[in-house]
Amino acid sequence: MSRLSRYRLLAIIVAVAIVEAMCRIGWIDRFTMQPPLQIAIDLWKLLVSGKHLDAIGKTMGNAAIGFVLAVSAGVVVAVAVHRRRLLRETLEPLFATYYAIPVLAFYPLLIILFGVGDAPKITIAFMLGVIAVIVNLLNGLDRVPPVLIKTARVVGMGPTQIVWRVTLPFSAPYLLTGVKFALAYSLIGIIGSEFIMSTDGMGFEISFAYNNFDNATMYPLIVLILLISISLNFALGTIEKQILQRRGLR
Amino acid sequence: MRRIDAGPWQAWRGPIILIVSVFVVWQGLYLLAGEMAMRSPMQTFSYLGKLLAGDRIWPHIHETAKASALAVVFSVVLGLAIGLALGFRKLAGEVFEPMLVAAYSIPKLTLYPILLLSFGLGMSAKVAFGALHGIIPIALFTINAVRNIRPILIKTGRVLGYSPWEMGWRILIPAALPEIFTGIRIGFSLTLIGTLLGEMFASQRGLGNQLMKAIGLHDVDLIVAIAFLLTSVAALGSGILLAIDRRFQTRMQTQPGHSPNSF
Repeated sequence: MSRLSRYRLLAIIVAVAIVEAMCRIGWIDRFTMQPPLQIAIDLWKLLVSGKHLDAIGKTMGNAAIGFVLAVSAGVVVAVAVHRRRLLRETLEPLFATYYAIPVLAFYPLLIILFGVGDAPKITIAFMLGVIAVIVNLLNGLDRVPPVLIKTARVVGMGPTQIVWRVTLPFSAPYLLTGVKFALAYSLIGIIGSEFIMSTDGMGFEISFAYNNFDNATMYPLIVLILLISISLNFALGTIEKQILQRRGLR
Repeated sequence: MRRIDAGPWQAWRGPIILIVSVFVVWQGLYLLAGEMAMRSPMQTFSYLGKLLAGDRIWPHIHETAKASALAVVFSVVLGLAIGLALGFRKLAGEVFEPMLVAAYSIPKLTLYPILLLSFGLGMSAKVAFGALHGIIPIALFTINAVRNIRPILIKTGRVLGYSPWEMGWRILIPAALPEIFTGIRIGFSLTLIGTLLGEMFASQRGLGNQLMKAIGLHDVDLIVAIAFLLTSVAALGSGILLAIDRRFQTRMQTQPGHSPNSF
């Protein structure tokens, strides 16, 4: 473990210990927050009892569908839009202001359209994620050196082959940045929708527990979501680092 | 081959086509989904006109504006403070930056029950929720901006015998401003979203809360009107910031992109 990682670990341990102490002394009362140690125990119990596994599976499954749709559609759109000047000029302002738009506000309309179920949630997750993929991949495609494309042409590659074998591999690190965001956004989309109106999923369970002052369920579920998203993000970050290292960029 | 600049049309062509297409798609969605689920643009405008002429909605608009403004102020002040502190201290920056990046990627929406329990239902909870969304991107961009200041500028300042105060005011701030501003622009959008989400879940007043009520009552008129109002205000604000941002970028001849996040 490197020196920096050790410092990081130390910082986390100190922070958690401070919160633990504040809970134990009573500066933070039990109704506001359980001590971290208690949350860890509750999380363990919750996972072992299997009571919420359905909800967890539901949320993660929906998020995965939204994520895959966002990434695949994002790649297709970015590649299609990249060289079309007018289309890009038109979409550029949309991309730039997109994250100021409260997408979740459209969730009720989607419920009316599709009915209460998985479809409106997945649509929200998709809508949030897809733009991050498009924007970051476009950024990568813009940076492909012209000489690579020329070489590919000289070797006799067609447009599709160039996309698959030259431009997409070159833009992989940028795409990965977009993919990381799509991952976070698909989780936000699903869980947010579940908070607003839903009959299942982790978001629903969390708000149900909140309404019933059931901190022993609420905190472990929140912590679980955070742990899952941080570890997935970390895994993608590791892949990113490997690609950059292979290119000698880091 | 360079095109001849066709004047204002050139710059406005994209946004104009975009706005027209949004309305076309909207009208199309209305025709497709019907009276049950959608309202047409014209219906929305006339409903919104009536809504804004009355005095029922104004207290909520006022509440949301106040909460958002406070949240933006907190985001910018705290984000800059964290960013500057970590940017100028190499070790602290290296230790904490990846942690900020990780925190940036977590679905902060899940934290709303915790904020509600800590701040109670009301203004402070939504402001905290908004700021929570904005602080980290502003801090991350500021860290990068400070790190990217060219050492020669600082050396020049030393040669000229600048005091620390002059150094900050005359060299560091102007050099880092464009990138910091990009962070503030993104932080601004995210803070608005965060505040609105806070209102939806953690408040009894404001537009977000009205939206939740409209959802409960299946009041499609109000849902579409509020969604349109919020979207246009947010897009307008973020469009203005983007225009300023572009001006900074061209003046400084820097390319955005080595930032932690590029939208």
